[in-house]
Amino acid sequence: MLYNSPSPLEVKILTRRFGLSNSASLDTYLATDGYKALGKALAMKPEEIIEQVKISNLRGRGGAGFPTGMKWSFVPRNSPKPKYVVVNADEGEPGTCKDRLLLENDPHQLIEGVLIAALAVGAEAGYVYIRGEYRYLIEIMDRAIEEAKQNGYLGSNILGSGFHFELYTHTGAGSYECGEESALLESLEGKRGVPRIRPPFPAVVGVFGCPTVLNNVETLSAIPAIIRDGGPAFAALGTPKNGGTRLFCLSGHVNKPGVYELPMGFNLRRMIEEVGGGVRRGKKLKAVIPGGSSCPVLKAEECDIAMDFDSLARAGSMLGSGGVVVMDEDTCMAQAALRIMRFYAHESCGWCTPCREGTLWLRKILTRLHEGYGSRSDIALIRDIARNMLGRTFCPLGDAAAMPTISLVEKFSEDFEAHLGHRGCPFESHEQRVLAK
Amino acid sequence: MTFSPELEARFEKLLCNYPPGRQRAALIPMLLYAQDEIGSVTSEVVDEVARRLQLTKLDIEQVLSYYSMLRKKAMGKHHIQICTNISCMLAGGAELYEHACRKLGIKDKEVTPDGLFSLEEVECIGACSWGPAIQVNYDFYHHMTPEAFDRLIESLRKIH
Repeated sequence: MLYNSPSPLEVKILTRRFGLSNSASLDTYLATDGYKALGKALAMKPEEIIEQVKISNLRGRGGAGFPTGMKWSFVPRNSPKPKYVVVNADEGEPGTCKDRLLLENDPHQLIEGVLIAALAVGAEAGYVYIRGEYRYLIEIMDRAIEEAKQNGYLGSNILGSGFHFELYTHTGAGSYECGEESALLESLEGKRGVPRIRPPFPAVVGVFGCPTVLNNVETLSAIPAIIRDGGPAFAALGTPKNGGTRLFCLSGHVNKPGVYELPMGFNLRRMIEEVGGGVRRGKKLKAVIPGGSSCPVLKAEECDIAMDFDSLARAGSMLGSGGVVVMDEDTCMAQAALRIMRFYAHESCGWCTPCREGTLWLRKILTRLHEGYGSRSDIALIRDIARNMLGRTFCPLGDAAAMPTISLVEKFSEDFEAHLGHRGCPFESHEQRVLAK
Repeated sequence: MTFSPELEARFEKLLCNYPPGRQRAALIPMLLYAQDEIGSVTSEVVDEVARRLQLTKLDIEQVLSYYSMLRKKAMGKHHIQICTNISCMLAGGAELYEHACRKLGIKDKEVTPDGLFSLEEVECIGACSWGPAIQVNYDFYHHMTPEAFDRLIESLRKIH
């Protein structure tokens, strides 16, 4: 199912089957070029597959933006151990709801992407790690896997080629941290989702101590199009070093929130105005979180920017997982900072002290400040604590909590100061006004 | 303790998904699927799963205490989870949550006296573009308003 209308500005590569009847079925998939890329990949050498992925400039859609082809090339092909492909379907970055659509509407595209990744690295089994809340998607995925198996696209001797590959779904049970690759592997092994020190990276020592390719749902869903139409065609859709399209999740104060597939490098202001229909109720834009709650916020005047990994990095933020959270002029940025910190404090796994203690204290101080019991020195303290978390943890969760906080305090200090000596938040959102009636 | 034949079949299939000697990998799915059937991860479930996977009770307790969906106390028949994270908050999720507390007369992780409803303020559930969003057990409801919430509660009461 789709939950919002498409936009005429979309470039539909990964979402091309969205809206077709029974888009999740093998029949629909086969009728629309499905498993053609697999046929092609079976005739290619692993190095040739990796080369096409490198040329495509596909970068990890989970948030880090690491070049996918390069990641695959790190898997030691001569290792005597079995190799695995693990799909990260533990979507949980606040602001992000795209993998859900890819799993729901086109599971065979993901399976085909996994199979091609397996050919590239020599894997014979894989897991789709799906967050526990997405139970209906586990059922959709299981049905697609079964259908693929019965028709010779999974299992032994795939399409008569001698290639053997098994794919399984695996449920999580409520943990944002398990979306981090090494914590995901721990969880997949039946343990608490705490991160592993790296190196060794999962490409060398991953699940069950074996070489593992771990990619996001959207990353692997892009692979069939890359192999089918060639790496250069995919690269040409985006900007230099940022190939292809991406599923942007527009949320917050826009008239037409929704998930839209747009070319990499699409202008953010245009995305808000022309795809999202502008800020709702004719309000002025105040700020945008460009790639999920871990990303430093952009002020309204910073939104004339190309939405690709490098442009956002230059602007001091990140493209992250594609969650574009739009905030209008009535939004209290101290409240936004507090809500985001409550999330990270809840989700910190507790393994690393700076993250466990830092998120807890930041939540306490932000709560105090937002309720009007803070002092001027609290604002400096927030920055100080957050800065001391940066780079001091096993996994990026500590940074993910600190970075948006630092940006919110630095770019919207007046919002934080407005709470000093003011009992209760001085801002009032549209929803609060409606409720007060 | 015994599980339903459906759950037993599911466990059997699940244990084949992992390489020999790596059956511990089935632990988290087993606990969640058992909870779906029984209502919570009771000490009997812990004992049974420990026995089957040849783990200690401590191994299981450590995992159990980590994952937010796994619980030792049963929730209501309709477990209502309201997202108030940033995107849903901007769309009115926090106000919806307050409304739900008043409507049901319960607070976070509490159960109504009739056992029909329980409430939980949850973190991002992956419905950010269609918020405010809630989940009732595993079912998603998008674009929720206080009025739509009241209607949903009444319809859930009827199917009881």
